[in-house]
Amino acid sequence: MAMMDTDLQCDVLIVGGGLVGGPLACALAAHGVSVAVVDREAPETALAPAFDGRASAVALGPQRVLAGCGLWPAIAPLAAPIREIRVSDGASPLFLHYDHRVLGSDPFGWIVENRAIRQALSRRLPALPLARVLAPASIQALRREAGGVVATLNDGRSIGAALVVAADGRGSPVRAGAGIGLTKWEYGQTAIVCTVAHEKPHGDVAQEHFLPSGPFAILPLPGNRSSVVWTEKSALVPGIMAQDDAAFLAEMHERFGDFLGGLTLEGPRFAYPLSLQFAKAYTAPRLALVGDAAHGMHPVAGQGMNMGLRDVAALAEVLVQAKRLGLDLGNAAVLERYARWRRFDNLLMLGLTDAMVRLFSNDIAPVRLARDLGLAAVNRMPGLKKTFMRHAMGLVGELPRLMRGEAL
Amino acid sequence: MSALSQPTTASAEEVARFQAIADAWWDAEGKFKPLHQLNPPRLEFLRDIAAAHFGRDIAAPAPFAGLSLLDVGCGGGLLCEPLARLGFAVTGIDAGEKNVAVARLHAEQSGLAIDYRNATPEQLEGQFDVVMSMEVVEHVPDVDVFLAAAAARLKPGGLFFGATLNRTAKSYALAIIGAEYVLRWLPRGTHDWKKFLKPSEFAAALRRAGVTVAGFEGIRFDLVHDCWRRTDSLDVNYLLHGRKD
Repeated sequence: MAMMDTDLQCDVLIVGGGLVGGPLACALAAHGVSVAVVDREAPETALAPAFDGRASAVALGPQRVLAGCGLWPAIAPLAAPIREIRVSDGASPLFLHYDHRVLGSDPFGWIVENRAIRQALSRRLPALPLARVLAPASIQALRREAGGVVATLNDGRSIGAALVVAADGRGSPVRAGAGIGLTKWEYGQTAIVCTVAHEKPHGDVAQEHFLPSGPFAILPLPGNRSSVVWTEKSALVPGIMAQDDAAFLAEMHERFGDFLGGLTLEGPRFAYPLSLQFAKAYTAPRLALVGDAAHGMHPVAGQGMNMGLRDVAALAEVLVQAKRLGLDLGNAAVLERYARWRRFDNLLMLGLTDAMVRLFSNDIAPVRLARDLGLAAVNRMPGLKKTFMRHAMGLVGELPRLMRGEAL
Repeated sequence: MSALSQPTTASAEEVARFQAIADAWWDAEGKFKPLHQLNPPRLEFLRDIAAAHFGRDIAAPAPFAGLSLLDVGCGGGLLCEPLARLGFAVTGIDAGEKNVAVARLHAEQSGLAIDYRNATPEQLEGQFDVVMSMEVVEHVPDVDVFLAAAAARLKPGGLFFGATLNRTAKSYALAIIGAEYVLRWLPRGTHDWKKFLKPSEFAAALRRAGVTVAGFEGIRFDLVHDCWRRTDSLDVNYLLHGRKD
């Protein structure tokens, strides 16, 4: 960076301080890599209950990443462990049952309200001397040159860095600005997300019902509460969302079932259209994509957050190692290592979740019989089931150190 | 730096050969990609040995602050820049005028203060905490003269690093036929296999120059992962470190 005249000089500029950009900033700043995080939202806005009503499944491996970033202590009291997973197909009596005790004493993972992660970030980032948060602010111009990256913010300030990381979500303006194409298809499904309180305890069980219109998931939250992800054909969603609370609740209750007793709605409902997308490249000169900017998937397997945190762990490891070797962090060889590490893994997961959506979101009798037999068969094959479980827990593949619970 | 006519320890032919490819030096995706790929394991070796020698913590910012380092045959500065970021006060010398010009230009772009000179070691004064010469001995006309001049620039108790290619059948197959003819990583004629040094020969020459070799390590290319890795085998590329008495 030819001693560029910038207001702020750092190693890595992260655009987007959300659920992926935020943990990345923490991981880097805690290990000697200076970061600047630019986010469009003021921190207060991002913490408001109406901003993000979703909860994320955090598997064991990614939980270790959050721990390695110093975020887990603040999240843990607000995270509900998943000790059992029940998967069922419509009204079919055959179902798949995963019990965490098959693999040891650790839970499969946790359900965490996104707001809890945002809250933890808002406390952790200001405590890190190597992290600077600039929010609300947006990038007006971004130049990626041979010597470094220079960003100009809407308020006129400039930031110089060796590398820019796009953590700015599915619509990633940074990705678009770099001319990186996107492969995308819509599912014609929309996820309706809300939080419910119920009479009986959920017993740390996560439920996933495969209904013809899409999966319906009941995810345990602390106390007698659950997060509901109700996938519905998009055309029907405006009608459902327009209903008053009582009518909405009645319709949801039909799908939910009676096993947790009476239900009451907590907080607002949200609707998120579902699609699958992946960036045609994960890196460009002095640029790396992470999380939703690189890949967006159907929530059927609860892997969106997990894949994002795997990106974080891999990129943090590559960059911290490069920093400790004195390498230029925007160097093509450094970025190539990250792209290689993540691309295949992400495509595999995208393919798996896409296949699941297609297999389960229909009611054609033979397909239905086949998948019921398939679920029952998997249930009877301990070896295969263990492999699936370890996959869902994020413990398969060449794991970054943070995911193995090791220090960088 | 005054223009130097004929540097004594580098043959004119050799210098011209590397000058021809110096422009592409800093393109990590270009001709010098193998050298860029070679950098991480070499730097890791240098860093780990130096950290142990000087008692520094590699996780600290600029761990080698306060120490001076001389890179003899620095080329375009591929190693000088990372080592400067790690805190060393770096001096890089090269007999190729164009190399030094490229290195200077790039250091400025990187915002790094590195003292580059178009010189050979015997033209320097003063002594350094670390002296290194990577992939140079196989190009000089007289190894003993060259190493004596390099070692003279090392402080007593200081650390010497060297790297070269072993003279084995395998190195002939990989470095000459593989790298120059098959993969075309390097222009044909870049290396003369007869000038490669066996580890014992390199160590004996250093001993004559007052440096006692303390350890060797090999580097091999991993075709599956398309990267270089550290290895115990010294068959082809190897590194060594030693201490001046």
